[in-house]
Amino acid sequence: MRDVAIVAFAQSNCQRDAGAQNEVELIMPVLTEVFKQTGIKSAQDVDFTCSGSCDYQQGAAFAFVAGVDALGAVPPIKESHVEMDAAWALYEAWLKIQMGTAESALLYGFGKSSPGELPIVLSQQLDPYYLAPLWVDTIAFAAMQARTMLDSGEITEADMAEVVARSRNNALKNPHAQLKGDQTVADLLKEATYVSPLRRHDCCPISDGACAMIICTIEKAEEWGKPYAIIKGIDHRIETHHIGSRDLSRSVSTEIAGKAAGVADGPVDVAELYAPFSHQEIILKKALGLGDDTVINPSGGVLAGNVMMASGLSRIGEVAMRIIRGEAKRGVAHATSGPCLQQNLITVLEAK
Amino acid sequence: MSSSAEILSQAFTLGYTYTRSTGPIVGQFLTSLRARKMVGIKASDGKVLMPPVEFDPISAAALTEFVDVADAGVVKTWCWVKEPRKAHPSDKPFAWAMIQLDGADTPMLHWVDAGDEAAMSTGMRVKVRWAEETKGLMSDVNGFVPEAVALLGELKPATSDEQITGMEAPIYLTYNFTAGKATARYLQSMKKGKLVGQRCPNCRNVYIPPRGSCAACGVPTEEEVTLGNKATVESFTIVYIPIPGNPIKPPYVIANLVLDGANLSFLHLLSECKNEEVRIGMRVEALWKPEAEWGYAMENIQYFKPIDEPDVPVDQIGKLIDEGR
Amino acid sequence: MAQLAAVVGVGQTKYKTKRKDVSIAGMVREAAVNALEDAGLTWNDIDAVIIGKAPDMFEGVIMPELYLTDALGCNGKPMLRVHTAGSVGGSTAIVAATYVQSGVFKRILTVSFEKQSESNAMWALSNPQPFSPHLNAGAGGYFAPIIREYMRRSNAPYDAGIKVAVKDRLHGAKNPLAHLQLPEITMKEVEDSPMLWEPLRFLEACPSSDGACAMVIANEELAAKSPRKPAWIRGAAMRSEPTMYAGREQVNPRAGIDCAKDVYAQAGIHNPRKDLDCAEIYVPFSWYEPMWLENLGFADEGKGWELTMSGATSLTEGGDIPWNPSGGVLCSNPIGASGMIRFAEAAQQVRGEAGDHQVDGAKTALGHAYGGGAQFYSMWVVSSEKA
Repeated sequence: MRDVAIVAFAQSNCQRDAGAQNEVELIMPVLTEVFKQTGIKSAQDVDFTCSGSCDYQQGAAFAFVAGVDALGAVPPIKESHVEMDAAWALYEAWLKIQMGTAESALLYGFGKSSPGELPIVLSQQLDPYYLAPLWVDTIAFAAMQARTMLDSGEITEADMAEVVARSRNNALKNPHAQLKGDQTVADLLKEATYVSPLRRHDCCPISDGACAMIICTIEKAEEWGKPYAIIKGIDHRIETHHIGSRDLSRSVSTEIAGKAAGVADGPVDVAELYAPFSHQEIILKKALGLGDDTVINPSGGVLAGNVMMASGLSRIGEVAMRIIRGEAKRGVAHATSGPCLQQNLITVLEAK
Repeated sequence: MSSSAEILSQAFTLGYTYTRSTGPIVGQFLTSLRARKMVGIKASDGKVLMPPVEFDPISAAALTEFVDVADAGVVKTWCWVKEPRKAHPSDKPFAWAMIQLDGADTPMLHWVDAGDEAAMSTGMRVKVRWAEETKGLMSDVNGFVPEAVALLGELKPATSDEQITGMEAPIYLTYNFTAGKATARYLQSMKKGKLVGQRCPNCRNVYIPPRGSCAACGVPTEEEVTLGNKATVESFTIVYIPIPGNPIKPPYVIANLVLDGANLSFLHLLSECKNEEVRIGMRVEALWKPEAEWGYAMENIQYFKPIDEPDVPVDQIGKLIDEGR
Repeated sequence: MAQLAAVVGVGQTKYKTKRKDVSIAGMVREAAVNALEDAGLTWNDIDAVIIGKAPDMFEGVIMPELYLTDALGCNGKPMLRVHTAGSVGGSTAIVAATYVQSGVFKRILTVSFEKQSESNAMWALSNPQPFSPHLNAGAGGYFAPIIREYMRRSNAPYDAGIKVAVKDRLHGAKNPLAHLQLPEITMKEVEDSPMLWEPLRFLEACPSSDGACAMVIANEELAAKSPRKPAWIRGAAMRSEPTMYAGREQVNPRAGIDCAKDVYAQAGIHNPRKDLDCAEIYVPFSWYEPMWLENLGFADEGKGWELTMSGATSLTEGGDIPWNPSGGVLCSNPIGASGMIRFAEAAQQVRGEAGDHQVDGAKTALGHAYGGGAQFYSMWVVSSEKA
């Protein structure tokens, strides 16, 4: 596989309610920012554009169609869309670059979750005969997953609170974060449970926003004369939807993707893991074989702000920017989708 | 609907009662539920999976062999919902649980009516509380209860023993939709009886209704342009079929109309003319509803009607400057 | 740098108004199993699954690929979900081909589907939203004025659309999988059918169908070992433009013209009417055949209807460039799958596997899909020859 460079990344602030911003108004500022970083004018200056979004988030069919209005797609452009997190849009673009039909690509993801009751909306992504009719939400499945791990003694509630405390603390340095603060594990454990054993702070917040990224061949990055981080490996996997057949304390699909992406081929300085629930960070850390020398979620992760359909691509962008700024040499980014981490994407990034 | 200077939002429901066909496997399970019996399915490796899935998670084989399982079992994991949501199966606090029925090798999801969180524990035994009336749905299990709880409710016999092949799935989601900034500005003008579009700073074209950007140039639009009531028919269709959610009785004409001074058409009703006399290039004018009925909507214009002006040559449509302003 | 890739298996369901006998998974699985069997393969031979469908509101299952993982034997494998409106079936095939052409995967399965009978397509496509600026008159209400403008510009006879409606139904009568089976259809019957959106009549519009379509795509090495003839992917292209902007050409959209030029250049097509043997083109309303004949360079601007009226696009009349020998979208329209059916039927033609609707000696064929406000395009050219 050829190396692919990430040359630009921008994300909006995670907001609980973006109110009167439509798709275009959410997307356009992050596009403008990545064009500026790259030194190009518009989507006309890249070979391929791909986005990620979900119609049901805001309850409108074809949410992504309006997104095209932000691109300046006249004359027409080569463009595609995944009904997934934009991290998978990156994967599609990465394949185009591997194939040689594109040298550069623009990716973006956007989500406006505020209009609906997100956990209930997401209940309808479950088995339509057995699960969706019960309106069992994703928080419930995550809570049952956490209890499995608590019952087995693999984790304690303090371990979960530690993840949250670190996330909120790291988020103090992240201007885009929605939830931040200096809280101790003891403080957090004093809070009441929400969907027991989860407390509210164990669950990611609901956020509106968008993010964008530009990737290209190494040759193109050199031509543009921009600093970049290199995608060394990338892989995505899904696992069974029959939750009763899964060992919920593991993320088997993350294990496979991590291996295929080459996570263990070198030291990992930094990792951004898409863990919408605190205990899932622990599962992911284990699945990827990350040790205590890896800094995990220095941005605060999605517990500090979670723009569904953009957060996965943002994890990759966060790691890439840290590498570009020289804060890390090698990092891992993770994106997820579905109940209890059913589907996962792993990217391994390195400095040039 | 609420409004302020900038924000217009309105609740709406995205809903439909879906008619699902179940296929033989799901159908058999639902048929069994209606008869108040639990069945699992044998996986390729011999394990009994619950609820019976159509395809083996490991081998991908199509599964066919049903196995009777008990209607009682063990809680493998659970969570406690203190504040049930409206859509949830219980309006009192309850537990979601993964319950492994006796005779099954995998747990299935359902809810447990335990009254109190303290009554729940991993490893506890629970049993099905069958619904008084069964319909062939997951809700035929009116939750599980701790095994020691005596169930006294009367159970009506199932109304049918025909194989179930379908189910209804009412999915109604409520959203609070907020209009984008440009749309909100535009609708606020509409409420005052004025048609206000936006001009692209780059290509100078005028858009109405405005979307806050020029899709061709990919740039935000801000400059506002007030337009008059006159327009030209760019094209049209006569609608003869009823459209879901549209109260207007067919046949009626909808036309792509370009307001004088605008460069893009929008669809609106055309009336006060014979359908067969409508033509491309025809001049029309907005007929506004009485002011008392004006809201934040394009429908403040009841329809457009023909005016006595010569037709516009086709190559001039969408390029007229607004003389009546 | 792109690796060669070929379609080595095609599987479809029978298309019909309601597939009441299967679940969503059962229906999708049926197409997938048919494709695997056609390719002489089992689930273990597949490296990844790429799935596409139109808006999730059709079935009311959000991101249904999560639930479909097990039906598609995808546990532990990569799965990707494409959604590009009506063009999605075609786009999905192109993304799937990319998995192989990039050299990253050897053999993949791609599936697309729609089970429209679970709801009402017209509702799902245009559920009312507050503050929505446009009037809701269904897809026909959007496209009929564009068709009217085409008729004005081209001076086409009023019955060119009727001719297409008849022709595609006669084609469909040769395809046992086609939804509408109307072997006795006549011009008069179409003309007398109820007007829906003038100038579009009931029989000039596509039906609403349930169904799924799947393909197995393999690299050069594995395609050579395939039991049946491969259809080599000689070119693939996509283009998008915004729905609305000032001065947009809606009758003959630029995105379609550019997309066709791109795919022809890749496949070495100089004169599409001569260099292609047949085409499976997304024609949901009859008049889109003459319009697309022009847009895709088969006829000069304003002359597409002449080709249609001459019988050149008719298989039953022995035309030189049959369009939609399978019966096309006018016979079967499970929206999310419709584009992939075009791509798969093009492959079947060059594999010589099209049965009664086979175009004799077809070597090179075009598959085409479009969507949104005629703004998203995907096309591929497949051939019995590698180069």
